[in-house]
Amino acid sequence: MYGNDFAPADASDGDLLGQVEAAEAALRAAADRGRGGTAAPDADPEAYFADVIDADQKIEPRDWMPEAYRRTLIRQIAQHAHSEIIGMQPEGNWISRAPSLKRKAILLAKVQDEAGHGLYLYAAAETLGVSRDELVDLLISGRQKYSSIFNYPTLTWADVGAIGWLVDGAAIVNQVPLCRCSYGPYARAMIRVCKEESFHQRQGYEILHTLAHGTPAQRAMAQDAVDRWWYPSLAMFGPPDGDSTHSAQSMAWKIKRFSNDELRQRFVDMCVQQAEALNLALPDPGLRWNPERQAYDFTQPDYDELMRVISGDGPCNRQRMEHRRRAHAEGAWVREAAAAYAAKRAGRKEKVAA
Amino acid sequence: MNGPFEFTVSLGDDALVAAQRLAEWTSRAPEMEEDVALANIALDQLGAARLLLTYAGELEGAGRDEDALAYLRDDREFRNCLLVELPNGDFAVTMAKLFFLAAYQLPLYTALAGCADERLAAIGAKARKESAYHLDHAALWVRRLGDGTEESHRRMQAAVDGTWPYVHELFAADPAAPVDPATLRGDFDTTVTTVLAEATLTRPETGWTPAGGRDGVHTEHLSYLLAEMQVLHRAHPGARW
Repeated sequence: MYGNDFAPADASDGDLLGQVEAAEAALRAAADRGRGGTAAPDADPEAYFADVIDADQKIEPRDWMPEAYRRTLIRQIAQHAHSEIIGMQPEGNWISRAPSLKRKAILLAKVQDEAGHGLYLYAAAETLGVSRDELVDLLISGRQKYSSIFNYPTLTWADVGAIGWLVDGAAIVNQVPLCRCSYGPYARAMIRVCKEESFHQRQGYEILHTLAHGTPAQRAMAQDAVDRWWYPSLAMFGPPDGDSTHSAQSMAWKIKRFSNDELRQRFVDMCVQQAEALNLALPDPGLRWNPERQAYDFTQPDYDELMRVISGDGPCNRQRMEHRRRAHAEGAWVREAAAAYAAKRAGRKEKVAA
Repeated sequence: MNGPFEFTVSLGDDALVAAQRLAEWTSRAPEMEEDVALANIALDQLGAARLLLTYAGELEGAGRDEDALAYLRDDREFRNCLLVELPNGDFAVTMAKLFFLAAYQLPLYTALAGCADERLAAIGAKARKESAYHLDHAALWVRRLGDGTEESHRRMQAAVDGTWPYVHELFAADPAAPVDPATLRGDFDTTVTTVLAEATLTRPETGWTPAGGRDGVHTEHLSYLLAEMQVLHRAHPGARW
C-alpha cells in the first residue's frame, strides 16, 4: 500500500525531480482536503493521530504525537542535518583546486547549498522541541551520527563528480519518499532539499561525463572514482531489511515509506543505465539484468565495513569530527562577541525607551 | 599600471584572490549562518573575477580566456593588491580584510558603472550591488567584534592594525585608468572612519605602506595560494573540465 502514491514507472528512469514535484502536488492536495478525522483532536489525541496518519495527512508541530514518534523524528532529522554539515568537508576539500573557474563556482554554490540544507533541517528538528545547540552538542560529542559516506576521502577531482552522481543520487532516492513523510515540516524540508540535490546530481554526472570523454588520464580518474564510491554509495541505504532496527515502526508511522533494500534496488537500476551513458563501468562483476524480477541483480556491499564506518573506524571519521570540533571551538569567541553585542544593543534600546 | 587590459586584469585578480581566500573558510566558519554568508561572498567575488578576466582576455587579444589568465600565469604576472592575498588569520583578520576590500570596491564599481567603457560599466553595475552587501556584512561584524567582548575587541583592533598598512596601495593614483583609484579615497575614508568609531576601534596611523601588487611584486603568500589553485589545471595541459 505504501507504493500507491509512488508511480513505479518513474522509479527506474531517474526522473527524480518529477517525483519531487508530484510529492509537492500531493502535499498541496492534502492541505486542500483538510483533515477530516473522525476523532476530535482534544478528546482522544491517540485516535486523532492515527486518523491523520491513515488519511495521509500531515502531523504538524502543534499536534499531539507519540513520544517515540517525536524521538524517532528528532533522531532522523538531526542526523540528516548533521550529514549536510559534515558533508561540506569532502567536497569543500576541492574548492581551492577546482580545475576551471566555472567548476569552482558550481562547487562553491553546491557546498553553500549544503550549509543551507543543514540550517533548514535543524529548523525542522527544532519544531519538535529540541534546540539546535543541543543537537550540535550531540554531534560534536559523538552521541549522534551522520551519514557513513562522508567518512571516505576525496582523493581526486573526479571524486567531486562521483559524489554528485552517486552520493547525491543515493541521497535523493532515499529522500524523495520522505517528501511524503507524515511529519509536515520534514516533508516540506525534503521537497526543497531534493530539488537542489537533483540539480547537484546532474552537475556531478556532467563532471564525470566530461572526464570520461576527455584525455586518457581524465577518463582513468573518472573510472577510479566510480570504483571507489560505488559500494559506499550502495551502503548509504543502510543495513539489509532483516537487520534494520527502526524500519517497521517508521513504516507504520509513514515516516519511512520503502525498505532499505527496495530503495537500494531502485538506485542500482537507475545507475546502471546512467553508467552506460557515461561509458563508465560499475565495479560489480555480478551485475546483470534479471528478466524475472525486471530489475538488476547485483553484489551486496560489505555490511561489516558499513558497521565499522558507522561505529567510527572509517578512513576519515576522526578527521571529520576533529575538523567540526575545531571549527566550533575556534568560533566560540566570535559567537560570544555576537551575543554580547546584541545584549548591549538591547540594553541601549531599553534605556532609550525608558 | 596603465591601459585598459592592465586595469581590468588587476580588478579581476583582486576578486579572484579574494574569492580563493574566502572559500578557504568553507566548513570552518564560527557559525553555520556564517558558512553560508562567506561562501556567498566568495561566489560573488568569483563571479566578478570571471567577468573581468574574460573581458581582460578580449582586450588583450591574445586568445587567453578566464581560465588561461587564472591558471596559467605565475605570481609575477598577477596584478592583485597585497591586501587580498594575506592569509585569513582568525575571523577578525578575515573581517578586517573584507571590510577594507568592500569599502574600496563599492565606490570603485559604482564609478565604473558610469564609465565610458560599456563592458566595464555593465560589470560595475552588477558588482556594486554585491559589494554593498559585502560591506554591510563585514561592517556589521567589525561592530559586533569591536563592541562585543574584551577578547573580541582586542582581536578586532589587532586585525585592523595588522591589515591597515595594506589599504594604501589601493588608492595609488592612475589618471589614465577608466577610474582613477585616487578619486575613491574620500568615500573609503568616510566609511571606515564611521564604522571604526561605532565599533569602538581606533583608526591606526602608519608610516609603512607596503605596495607592489599592481606591478606583480607580491608578498610571499601569493605563490603558495597559486600553487594550490593551479595544481590540477596545470597537471593536465589542454584538458577540458
